[in-house]
Amino acid sequence: MTNIVSPVAGAVSPAAAPRRDIGIKRRYAAERRFRAYGIAAITFGVVFLILLLSTVIRNGYTAFQQTAITIPVEISEKLIDPDNKRATDPSVLIAANYPAVVRDAIVKQLGIDPSKRTEVREAAAMISKGAPIQLRNLVVANPALIGTTVNVTFLADANIDSANKGQIDLNVPEANRKVSDTQIGWMNQLKSAGAIEKQFNTGLFTSGNSSRPEAAGLGVALVGSLYLMLIVLALSLPIGVAASIYLEEFAPKNKLTDLIEVNINNLAAVPSIVYGLLGLSVFINFAGFPRSASLVGGLVLTLMTLPTIIIATRAALRAVPPSIRSAALGLGASKMQMVFHHVLPLAMPGILTGTIIGLAHALGETAPLLLIGMVAFVADIPGTPLEPSTALPVQIYMWANEAERAFVERTSGAIIVLLLFLILMNLGAILLRRRFERRW
Amino acid sequence: MNMMSEAAVEKALDKKMNDIALKMIGKDVSVHYGEKRALYDVNLNVRENTVTALIGPSGCGKSTFLRCLNRMNDTIDNCKVTGKITLDADDIYDPNIDVVELRARVGMVFQKPNPFPKSIYENVAYGPKIHGLARSKADFDQVVEASLQRAGLWNEVKDRLHESGTGLSGGQQQRLCIARAVAVSPEVILMDEPCSALDPIATAKVEELIHELRTNYTIVIVTHSMQQAARVSQRTAMFHLGHLVEENDTDKMFTNPDDQRTQDYIMGRFG
Repeated sequence: MTNIVSPVAGAVSPAAAPRRDIGIKRRYAAERRFRAYGIAAITFGVVFLILLLSTVIRNGYTAFQQTAITIPVEISEKLIDPDNKRATDPSVLIAANYPAVVRDAIVKQLGIDPSKRTEVREAAAMISKGAPIQLRNLVVANPALIGTTVNVTFLADANIDSANKGQIDLNVPEANRKVSDTQIGWMNQLKSAGAIEKQFNTGLFTSGNSSRPEAAGLGVALVGSLYLMLIVLALSLPIGVAASIYLEEFAPKNKLTDLIEVNINNLAAVPSIVYGLLGLSVFINFAGFPRSASLVGGLVLTLMTLPTIIIATRAALRAVPPSIRSAALGLGASKMQMVFHHVLPLAMPGILTGTIIGLAHALGETAPLLLIGMVAFVADIPGTPLEPSTALPVQIYMWANEAERAFVERTSGAIIVLLLFLILMNLGAILLRRRFERRW
Repeated sequence: MNMMSEAAVEKALDKKMNDIALKMIGKDVSVHYGEKRALYDVNLNVRENTVTALIGPSGCGKSTFLRCLNRMNDTIDNCKVTGKITLDADDIYDPNIDVVELRARVGMVFQKPNPFPKSIYENVAYGPKIHGLARSKADFDQVVEASLQRAGLWNEVKDRLHESGTGLSGGQQQRLCIARAVAVSPEVILMDEPCSALDPIATAKVEELIHELRTNYTIVIVTHSMQQAARVSQRTAMFHLGHLVEENDTDKMFTNPDDQRTQDYIMGRFG
């Protein structure tokens, strides 16, 4: 081998360009692989999301419809007020034998021999046990109805409701089903007479909890969740935003504020059930607030939401460009004017997004509410946040534990309602962000 | 006359040379950022109704000195300023001086145009609003129009006062920032490389504006462009490594500087 001596002393020979081993093929292959991983991950997620939503909707959409039976009811004086004392003693109207009135009406409609007691009982079981109360309220409100015959729409019993919606497998031996063949026959008879129909289930949104599935509704849970959201919003937004403004703009940067920052980040990761225990010992045992009340629930959820809001707000404040701060200070604005006139309005979209995400998180939270007793059976809609109440996720939890077939669709129906509220809140977050977003 | 003391003679000479009053006087100004020292005992005076240019290579302390003049350095956590700076007769680092009031008297225009993301009108009206310089709608209209006129922007924006200030071009934004500073009727306007983000045409407009503003305001401008310093200023101060190298009339500075380092910098030998 001979060395080619370069003509210029000391210069590197430019004859051969340096070999570049940049591995173009390998790079492109790596990029393709990464894309494939990404698509696979997203597909996996989307498949499960579709699976979840389709299961919930398939199980739950029927909960928004309810089978009702409309029959002529003879409100006979003989059964309700045999001694004709209602003018002097109105309590006879309350104590009267309404179940018999309802039973007679259905027996008459189906043309059953009133002396066959088993059949009569089976026929009466087709109508909700809430029907006599419905009739009583009707008569008490309007005593003039006594002695007349009126068409009344009753809720069907939950089993008939299920059968009407085709949820009961008729191939199962009769002894193992909740609905007998005779009842199915009667149901079809009523159907052909046009006396039975499916109507929108308003009771699902207005009624309180009930052990009779056909009368159970989300009313208490919706009102309870509304109270919770209002309390969480009213407390955590001002406290959280004020705390973050102080920490971000005014507090000196030292060991203490570092420690506080680390702790806030840690608090955001504390399991929610721990907040429930805290609420139980502080608000109920120590402060003596009532059990099962949405006030306590709201306070606990506020504590849980605060770290989320503080972290989001601080990030939003930090994202405001320093040039805006200098501009305000350079004009002679005080620090507080700078924050409230310029920085806060620009940080608003981020703050609102963080707040709504925090609220949505709180809306779906179950564990801390179990510990402060919001898992109670509450039939009456609470008038104030101090009265016993439940919340949507807790109601789902309770219904999921029920055995009746009709609670299955109601559980899924409640999940749909909860998901709709979450979607609405997230939509609100997006709209607010759009509304407040400004260029700089 | 020969009874006059030496000091008095010097003073009289000084007065003759600088018969323009001194607006701001910096005496032994030193700045530390934590452990690092950024300025070494700078003695620099700013004359009334004069444009004073501060030049020097990057990191020489010229912006630091500028930010001392309206105490913008206060906003930096570990910054410590020593020495004395007076505005007219007031020591601006005196604990009794209100920094808000100081910044109303000494306005500032920044390197990057930074209008508030609000309307043009609100941008200009903000200063008068927080300082209570205007009360009624008519007052505000008047101060907004006058300030935009001063900044030479009125004719370009008078039909869209309520559109966003961030929708203007870069040069217009910078003039809007100048109008915003002018609106609070400051005595001194500090400009920190006001043209470095602008194209040559916008730069020319801003320079023209600086020239006009000189009749009403005292201006201190930091610039990287030697030509700009020569074009707009009457006095120039040259900084290097935290020291004030030379302060002189601009004409003299660019033709026959006293210091070799100034000569080298102006000729482009370093920096």
